[in-house]
Amino acid sequence: MIRRLFPHPGLSALIVIMWVVMVGEVSFGALFLGLVVGIIVPIFTAPWWPGRPDVRFLPAVVYIELVLRDIVVANFEVAAIILFKRNRDLRPAWLTIPLDLTTPEAITVFAGTISLTPGTVSADVSACGKFLLVHALHAPDPAAEVAKVKARYEARLKEIFHA
Amino acid sequence: MSAGFTYADALVAALIVLGSSFALVGSWGLVRLPSLMERLHGPTKASTLGLGAMLVGSAAWFQLVRGTWTTHELLVCVFLFLTAPISAKMIAKVHLHLLRQGDPSAPGGPAGSPARPPGAADWATHEAPHEGTPGDFEGD
Repeated sequence: MIRRLFPHPGLSALIVIMWVVMVGEVSFGALFLGLVVGIIVPIFTAPWWPGRPDVRFLPAVVYIELVLRDIVVANFEVAAIILFKRNRDLRPAWLTIPLDLTTPEAITVFAGTISLTPGTVSADVSACGKFLLVHALHAPDPAAEVAKVKARYEARLKEIFHA
Repeated sequence: MSAGFTYADALVAALIVLGSSFALVGSWGLVRLPSLMERLHGPTKASTLGLGAMLVGSAAWFQLVRGTWTTHELLVCVFLFLTAPISAKMIAKVHLHLLRQGDPSAPGGPAGSPARPPGAADWATHEAPHEGTPGDFEGD
């Protein structure tokens, strides 16, 4: 019964928090409406969320902090490339990253992280779900770039998603 | 509000100038980089730190000048970070499709065409997902 009312308790909690943030104040009305939306939306979208990702909270917070810091640092690097590097010195490359992650949620977060951190954009996933196609703006050594991304982000995501 | 220049004003102004500088550099990248895939890097970057700095500036202004906390900037940031990679991915997928077809409107650029992934399966743009892949559940 509880399971049917809350197919995704984490999603419900997230919706309530987002609703209160959107309203901008913690009041009874905001919490009540947020709770209504937080119960209805997961029930109606449950068919598209058959699995229930098991997320470790503390490593996830550490991961978000790491990614935000990387975004700031890498933004300056990409700005320097755009402003000072001549096109003929630029070494853009396609990277094929073999995936150790297996759940769709984890792969989505990994691909999103790669796109958000400047210098790399994830373009596609292989039909077998085992490789990620990434375009790098400047990668003189593609193999080193692949190893860096795997060690920095994928290893941490494996821990977060219990993969 | 007191007349004249305050540290709050200086902080907010610095954040806004930083944010708009990154937006400008991102747009300049859109103009000068050699082909579509490289150009894709410019705007997706401007939207992260460029907009991020402007949003922090906005939140700081409400806190320091008005004395109220606003949470909407946080929400803008979250939705931006959720949607920016998806739109970049969709543009890249269209480009991959045109590239494979040899469409003259989609030249390969300096990186050329991507290699096929190792193994039998192709990229998902060119081939439907296999059975047993992540995300392939019973009843799909």
